[in-house]
Amino acid sequence: MQNVDYDLVIIGGGPAGLTAGLYAARARLNVILLEKSVTGGQIIVTDWIENYPGFPEGISGIDLTNKMSEQAKRFGLKMETEEVLSIDCSEKVKKIRLSDKTITAYTVIIATGASPSKLGVPGEDAFYGKGVSFCATCDGPFFSGSVVAAVGGGDTAVQESIFLTKFAKKVFIIHRRNELRASKILQERAFANDKIEILWDSVLTNIKGAKTGVTNISVKNVKTENTTDYAVDGCFIWVGIQPNSGFLGDDIKLDEHGFVLVDKKMETSVQGVFAAGDGRSTPLRQIATAIGDAAIAAVSAEHYIENLQIKKVN
Amino acid sequence: MAEGVLEINDSNFKSEVLEADGIVLVDFWAPWCGPCKAIGPIIEDLSASLGDKVKFTKCNVDNNSASSAKYGVRSIPTLLFFKDGAVADQVVGLVSKSKLEEIINSIS
Repeated sequence: MQNVDYDLVIIGGGPAGLTAGLYAARARLNVILLEKSVTGGQIIVTDWIENYPGFPEGISGIDLTNKMSEQAKRFGLKMETEEVLSIDCSEKVKKIRLSDKTITAYTVIIATGASPSKLGVPGEDAFYGKGVSFCATCDGPFFSGSVVAAVGGGDTAVQESIFLTKFAKKVFIIHRRNELRASKILQERAFANDKIEILWDSVLTNIKGAKTGVTNISVKNVKTENTTDYAVDGCFIWVGIQPNSGFLGDDIKLDEHGFVLVDKKMETSVQGVFAAGDGRSTPLRQIATAIGDAAIAAVSAEHYIENLQIKKVN
Repeated sequence: MAEGVLEINDSNFKSEVLEADGIVLVDFWAPWCGPCKAIGPIIEDLSASLGDKVKFTKCNVDNNSASSAKYGVRSIPTLLFFKDGAVADQVVGLVSKSKLEEIINSIS
């Protein structure tokens, strides 16, 4: 029998990865969680989470991350800071390639989530960290008394814009349609906030600035085709997310946007490889859905291993 | 140089960073910033392994706006890497330990 390092390798340490780790550790699988940067994923940059049950007053993203992480560690989950470069699923034992070695496992859970999409407009990269931001909780206080722009119309854009009004004297929300996609309660708060002005049917076309950072933006009205310049100190971009699935090989099937396709057991097109959280093809991406996916994925992985009827590693 | 991360401020930025020989890392952070709390332990870790090679410092942007403004910091965490008093590299946002090691090696 060949020597296999792990029963299960979990890739990614956001809510999905940590939940899969909790379930797998409690199932006493020989499991390791690999996170390329720090645990928490996208929720680390979330100021306040109000739609995750169990915290009636809400909870900050970092606190929730720490609690999830502590809970998984209490049951012995092993975590390491490692970036997975690729997975080879051509055989029953999967090979997971890291920067300095290759590890093997019977099952893999892909919980690599997603990253904020960029707009692809001039100035976006040049002024990143100098006024262009994807994170209100990180950067909001730098804009005390300033005018800032926020691009997007979903939950993140609207919630974080409301957060920005704690600091900025004015927040322009630039949205390409004539209605917001954000949940109704957030829309109500935004409409009631005097510091927020929504530029409907509008797209950001250019971010301009000086050595000190962003100074102006150009906004085009898609109906009238008129372009207007606004003086702003900051420009926040919340126009959706893109999956972190680039490291996966061709054998794991993705949808047309690059999200991992799974069945109801969260199993991908490759047997023994599962996916959970924002990185999978799903109609809703929330913490609540990510942890549900992860519980299913971890239990499915456990069943898969039992069915292999193999002698456990260790 | 010693293990650990030295808390610096506007008044000693010059003596601790600009007048220091070799590589000095400055971590611009604030207590309200989630990602800063996440990157803090990584920098602590690095100071344990690379403390003899690099001076590790952190600067709270809330209390030291002159230093953060001087370097145009408008996003945190921002990590500035100084070599013999001049900025040699910088990173904005969360990065992995290996990425930071890579930068330190590249400017060493």
